[in-house]
Amino acid sequence: MAAEDVAQTVRQISQEILAAGELMSGAPLALVGIRRRGEILAQRIAAAIVAQTGRTLEVGALDITMYRDDVVGNRSIIIPMGTEMNFRIDNRAVLLLDDVLHTGRSVRAALDALMDFGRPRFIRLAVLVDRGGREYPISADFVGRRLEIPDESRVRVSLKPIDSDDAVVVDSAAPAAAGVRP
Amino acid sequence: MTQTPTWTRPHLLTLEALSSQEIMAVLDTAEALKEVSTRSIKKVPALRGKVVVNLFFEDSTRTRTSFRLAAQRMSADVVDFSVSTSSVSKGETLIDTARSIVAMGVDAIIIRHRSSGAPEVLSRLVQCSVINAGDGSHEHPTQGLLDLFTMREACRQRGKKISDLHVAIVGDIANSRVARSNLWALTKLGAKVTLVGPTTLCPSAFAEFGVQVTHDFDSILGEVDVINMLRVQFERITSAAFPSVREYSRYFGLNDERLKRCRADVLVLHPGPMNRGLEITSAVADGEKSAILRQVSNGLAVRMAVLYLCIGAGQFSES
Repeated sequence: MAAEDVAQTVRQISQEILAAGELMSGAPLALVGIRRRGEILAQRIAAAIVAQTGRTLEVGALDITMYRDDVVGNRSIIIPMGTEMNFRIDNRAVLLLDDVLHTGRSVRAALDALMDFGRPRFIRLAVLVDRGGREYPISADFVGRRLEIPDESRVRVSLKPIDSDDAVVVDSAAPAAAGVRP
Repeated sequence: MTQTPTWTRPHLLTLEALSSQEIMAVLDTAEALKEVSTRSIKKVPALRGKVVVNLFFEDSTRTRTSFRLAAQRMSADVVDFSVSTSSVSKGETLIDTARSIVAMGVDAIIIRHRSSGAPEVLSRLVQCSVINAGDGSHEHPTQGLLDLFTMREACRQRGKKISDLHVAIVGDIANSRVARSNLWALTKLGAKVTLVGPTTLCPSAFAEFGVQVTHDFDSILGEVDVINMLRVQFERITSAAFPSVREYSRYFGLNDERLKRCRADVLVLHPGPMNRGLEITSAVADGEKSAILRQVSNGLAVRMAVLYLCIGAGQFSES
């Protein structure tokens, strides 16, 4: 996917969210992105919602490093970035966002992390890409693009400003980066 | 992995051995973990199932408690091993004590010992992480890191970097492990360091570390951004290092009168415990320039970070 496809997909997810009655009425809404690229998605979709409805909503960034279980036994440690949620999530409608849904392990970690902050009214999940390969019983409520690709392929999402451009690339031959699980 | 993880060490023994990138990795991790202590549920599951032993051969309340709380906030189990009630008082050696603790299945030993180098020796002989919580007059790495963390926070408010800072470390330099850990970390990050104290406690030989040494506290007051006041360690001073407590206080104590001659944004640190009225007056210790209590809360985040980095899980499969 090139930059314009990514923009189009984000617009499409935003429209689906705007059409979802349970998110747009009732409990106050918070968009929580899993760091780092889920956070960018949260900001973009929040901007789209605010632009179209004028509605106020909260945007947070969730660091799931301390909750992860998809570990390779290698002693090179990821430096966490920290969670930034300057609002209470109790009784809110929370829309969780991530770039790629694969095994479901990141989402499991994110759900556990959110539980430590309070008791939301409900949580929904939106992802830019669902590439299949689930290991946990988790599914997304809003999906930008569904990909059917072999398990060993790797999906790389680039989003500005973290990356130089917006793109989604599938490395099919990819034994990805060293140390990554077979 | 798009990020470049920079920590591969199982032990934290000294700051002398760390690179500036590794020091920054600890500070960044601590910054991310500081938020945990503001939650209503002050706990993350990162070290669930890990066992951490506090093995303290010297008295400590703050460091021991800080490590204990840090381990608990990361969901590790903590065992406090108190020397006075242990077999050490029956004559068991450090290594035998540690080995028998490790045989019970622990992931990290946090050790404080009166002998410099004890943690290093231990790290070569046991199959678990070893974290130095102070060894003799050698190093106190987590204190150095929390001092640095506190300075970096202050730098952010002032629009500065650590490399812009001029830091005075004042007092009993010769006997101070806090001074050595600060010195290593600050010089690695490019800060300017001046050591201040009486000739007996602050020998000129310290200039070999690439720092300034002065015996005249008043001469540098107006130049420094940070003043780190050390405790006079009566338990380590073996001979008459200074004529009297009053004289020490007069020449090397930080009081309001001296503070007035410092820069308006000067930061005052003290590793604690303080001898109030000796190296620092109560008015200064409790005053607005003092970051002494911030040091204590930052210490918790820094120790959570060190535990996570040394015994936490490895690399993750998805970025």
